[in-house]
Amino acid sequence: MTTIHVNGRAYQVAVDADTPLLWVLRDTLGLTGTKYGCGIAQCGACTVMIDGTATRSCQVPVESVGSADIRTIDAIEEDPVGRRVVDAWVAAQVPQCGYCQSGQVMAATALLKQTPKPTDTDIADAMTNLCRCGTYNRIAAAIRQAAG
Amino acid sequence: MDRLLTLPPVPSPADGTHPLQPRIDARAAAALMTADGVSNLSRRGFLGFGAGALVLGALLPAMPARAQAASATASAAAVKPGSRVPAFLVIGRDNGVTLLSPFVEGGQGISTGMAQIVGEELDVDPRRFTVECAPPGPDYAVINGLRMTGGSFSTRSSYPLMRRLGATARDMMIRAAAATMAVEPQSLSTEDGFVVHAASGRRLSYGELAPAALALPPRDDVALRDPAVFRYIRQPMARLDVRAKSTGKAVYAIDQKLDGMLYAAVQHAPNQGTEPTAIANKAEAAAMPGVHSVHTLPGAVAVAADSWWRARKAVEALSVSWSAPAATGLDTVAADYASDGLLAALKASTEAGIPAETAGDAATAVAGAAKVIEAEYQAPYLAHGQLEPPSSMARFNPDGTLELWAPNQMPELFQSVAAQAAGLSPDKVILHSPMLGGFFGRHFLYGSSNPFLQAIQLAKATGRPVKVLWSREEEFRMDALRPLSYTRFRAAIGADGRPTAIQARTVGEGPLGRWFGAVFKDPVDSSAVEGITEKPYAIPNRAMEYVKVPHPVTIAFWRSVGHSMNDFFYEGFLDEIADAGGQDPYALRMELLKDKPRHRKLLETVATMSGGWKRGPYEVDGTRRARGISMASPFGSETATIAEVSVRNGETQVHTVWVAFDPGSIVNPAIVRSQVESAVALGLSATLFEELVYKDGVRQSHNFDDYPILSRSSMPTVHVEIVESGAPMGGVGEPGLPGVPPAVVNAVAALTGRRIRSLPLAKTRIEV
Repeated sequence: MTTIHVNGRAYQVAVDADTPLLWVLRDTLGLTGTKYGCGIAQCGACTVMIDGTATRSCQVPVESVGSADIRTIDAIEEDPVGRRVVDAWVAAQVPQCGYCQSGQVMAATALLKQTPKPTDTDIADAMTNLCRCGTYNRIAAAIRQAAG
Repeated sequence: MDRLLTLPPVPSPADGTHPLQPRIDARAAAALMTADGVSNLSRRGFLGFGAGALVLGALLPAMPARAQAASATASAAAVKPGSRVPAFLVIGRDNGVTLLSPFVEGGQGISTGMAQIVGEELDVDPRRFTVECAPPGPDYAVINGLRMTGGSFSTRSSYPLMRRLGATARDMMIRAAAATMAVEPQSLSTEDGFVVHAASGRRLSYGELAPAALALPPRDDVALRDPAVFRYIRQPMARLDVRAKSTGKAVYAIDQKLDGMLYAAVQHAPNQGTEPTAIANKAEAAAMPGVHSVHTLPGAVAVAADSWWRARKAVEALSVSWSAPAATGLDTVAADYASDGLLAALKASTEAGIPAETAGDAATAVAGAAKVIEAEYQAPYLAHGQLEPPSSMARFNPDGTLELWAPNQMPELFQSVAAQAAGLSPDKVILHSPMLGGFFGRHFLYGSSNPFLQAIQLAKATGRPVKVLWSREEEFRMDALRPLSYTRFRAAIGADGRPTAIQARTVGEGPLGRWFGAVFKDPVDSSAVEGITEKPYAIPNRAMEYVKVPHPVTIAFWRSVGHSMNDFFYEGFLDEIADAGGQDPYALRMELLKDKPRHRKLLETVATMSGGWKRGPYEVDGTRRARGISMASPFGSETATIAEVSVRNGETQVHTVWVAFDPGSIVNPAIVRSQVESAVALGLSATLFEELVYKDGVRQSHNFDDYPILSRSSMPTVHVEIVESGAPMGGVGEPGLPGVPPAVVNAVAALTGRRIRSLPLAKTRIEV
C-alpha cells in the first residue's frame, strides 16, 4: 500500500511502485480529469501540480511522490487562483475539443501561483503543452486576463 | 467531399420532393463505406483495397448490401429524418431541455450551434440546453439521407431541418396548452420555455406540457421565425461545454468505466497486414501481476488486466513472432515499402489520365504559347494527432445485447459493423458515441485503424466488459493517414504575361474512393483532385486529369481532405505563373477573378485587413519579412488568406495570418472564428513540421517527439474576418485550412526567391 495526498485528501492505493501517477489518478482513484496524451511527457495533457509545480504525471512513478501535495484539475475550482484561471478560460472561450485543456489550466495555474504577473516570455516559457486545436493565442489571452 | 451532398438519388420509399428528405435509408449508411478489418476478409480487403462490393459482400453475405440494410430496418424506411420530435427533444418536469443531436461534438462547437438553431424556433434559451449525441436511428439521417459528422456538413446540411424541428415542437406545445387551457391556439404565445395566455396571464411550462404535447401529431406546415428577429442564431453565444472542458469534467471515451471491466492494451504488427504466429513468453506474461489473459487478434496481440498500466507493461513484454510481409511491390505494406518509393511510382506513372476538369483546348494553347512553365508538387502522409488516443469499451449484457462505447463519426455504420462482428442484428447493438478529444477526420470507419472490433472480440473472449486503449505509440502505428500526394502542372503564358492554359496531372488515391467506393462509381475521385479542380480563375483552357494509383496503406479523411494539399499545389503554382509572366500575385488573382465579385470582395477584404497588399520583402525590427496570398473554395465556402513570414536560422517563422472567410451565412460568429483559428493552426502545423514517413515497410514516427506538431512557440497571430455574402451556407470546420500552406510558401518565395514545392518546410533549410 502506498499513501498519496491528492486534492487535500490521503488515499491508500494498492498499485505497483512503478505505476505512473497519471494512471493511479485516472484508473485507481477515478480522477479522470487528468488526461493521457502521449505518455512521454511531450504533450502535457497529464499536467498536475506537485507541491505547486506543474508536473507531467505520466512520467512520475507513484513511488517517487512520497507525501507531496498533489493537486489535479478535478479540484481546480477550490483553489482561488485556479478558479480565476477557469473563469478566464470560460471568458476567452478557450477550449475546442477540450482534451488538452485540463493540463493547460493546471500549467497556467501553477504559473500564476509562482508568477502572479507573468510577462509574455514567462507565459511562453511556462505554457509548452500541446493543443491540436491550436488554441494557443486564446490560452495566452486568458492567462493575461486571469493575471489581472 | 461535397459529392456526398450530390449523390445520385437512390430510390427509396420515402423519396420526396424536399431536398432534405431521405434518399438513402439511414442504416444503408452501412453500404457507403467499405468495412475491412473483419476477420474473414481477404488480405487485399483487409488492407482496404478491394472493390467496395467485394468487401461489403464479406460483411453482408446474404444479399446485396442495400437490400440487406433496407430490410433490416423495414419499419425505419417510412421515417422522415428530423420529423419525429420526441426522437430529438426530451423536456423534463423541471423544464430542462435535452437535445439528441445527430452530430458528435469533437471541438467544432456543433452541440452549441444545434442548441441555437433549435432553441431559436422552439423558443428556449440555448443556454438551458443539454446536448447529447443521439443513438443510432433513422431519425438522425439528416445529411441527404445520411448521418455523419464530417465534411463540414453538419450545420449547412441540417439548418433548415433543425429549425423546422424546433418550430414544430413549439407548435405542439401551443396546441397542448390550448387544449389544457381550453382556449384558441391563436390566443397563445411562447416565452422561453413557457406557453403564455396573455389575456388571462396563465402560463404553462414546456415541461408540464411535454407528455401531452409530444404525443400530438406534428404539423408539417409550421411557420419559421423571421430571421430579422432572431435572438440566438447569428449571436456569438458561449459554448455550452466550455466550463466542463476547463475543469476536467467533460467525459471522453477514454474516461469511461464499467463495473467488472478489464483494461486491455494491444501491440500491433510492425508491418501492417502481417499476423502474429507465436508468442514465445505467453505463460510468463500471463503470470505478471494483475494480468487476466493474453490474446491473439487479427494483426495484433492483446493483454487484458486489472489496470491499463499493467496490461500495457505485459503486452509490451510479449515476444511475438509475426508472419513475413511481402518482400516487395506496391499492393501490400511490403518489407521494402517506403514513402519515397511510392512518390517515385506516382511520378513515374505513364497511365493515361481521366479528365477531371476540361475547358477549351489546353494542349493547343500550350503548343502555341509564348512561354510554358512546368512544376511538380508533393505533400506527405500525415497523422491526425488528435490528443485523445483511441479507445473503445464493449459489454455483452445479460439480455443478449452488445453495448459499445466507441469514438465515431458515423454511428449507424459502426453499429452495423459491430453487429456483424458480434454475430448480432444491428438492433441488438447499443452504441454510445462519446465526445471526441479531437478528430479532424480520425474517427470514420477505417478497418483495422479503429479499436472497437478489438473491444468486442476481447469482451467475447473474456466474458467481461473490456476497455481497449491504444497507447500513443500504437496510435502512430495504426492511424489512417492523409494520403501522400503528387501533382504535375504545366501552364502557358501569353505575351501579355497572363496564363492562357493550365494542365495538371494528379496521381494517387483519395479517401472518398477508398471508403465510399461502394456508391462512388465516378472514376475521378473528387477527394483526390478537389482544390485542383473547381478553382474560380478565368484561365480559358484547362485540362486537369487524374490517375488512380492506390496506396498500400490505410488512408483517411484529414481536415479539409484533398484541399489540404491541392490548394497548396495549385496556389503555389499560380504564384509561379504570376512570376513567370511578370505579374504581382495579388493583381493577377484580381484580374483572373474580374467576373467573380464574391471572390474579389474576399481578396479586397483580406488585403484591407492586413493594411493593404504588399508582397515585400520589407524590414520589420531589423528583420526582412514578406507576404504570400492564396485563395481556396473548400466545402462550399470561400477563403482568402495572407501570411507574413521571416526566416531565422534556416527555419520559416510565420508572424501573422489574415483570413477573410465567406461561408455564405452563419449561426455563431464566435464559433466560426474559433474554427478558422484552429484550422489555421493545423494548416500551419502541416506546412512547417508534419510528415509521416514509411521506410522498410514501417512508419518512422512513434510519438510526438519524432512527429512534431505546432506548439505555442510557432503560433502566429491570427486575424479572421467573416464575410456573409448570403450565398448558400458553406462549411466551417475545415475551410480555414487549405489557404494556409500556399500563403506561407508563397511568402517564403517572395522573401527568398526560392520556390518550395514539397512539404513540410522543416525538411528544407531555407536561406534568406
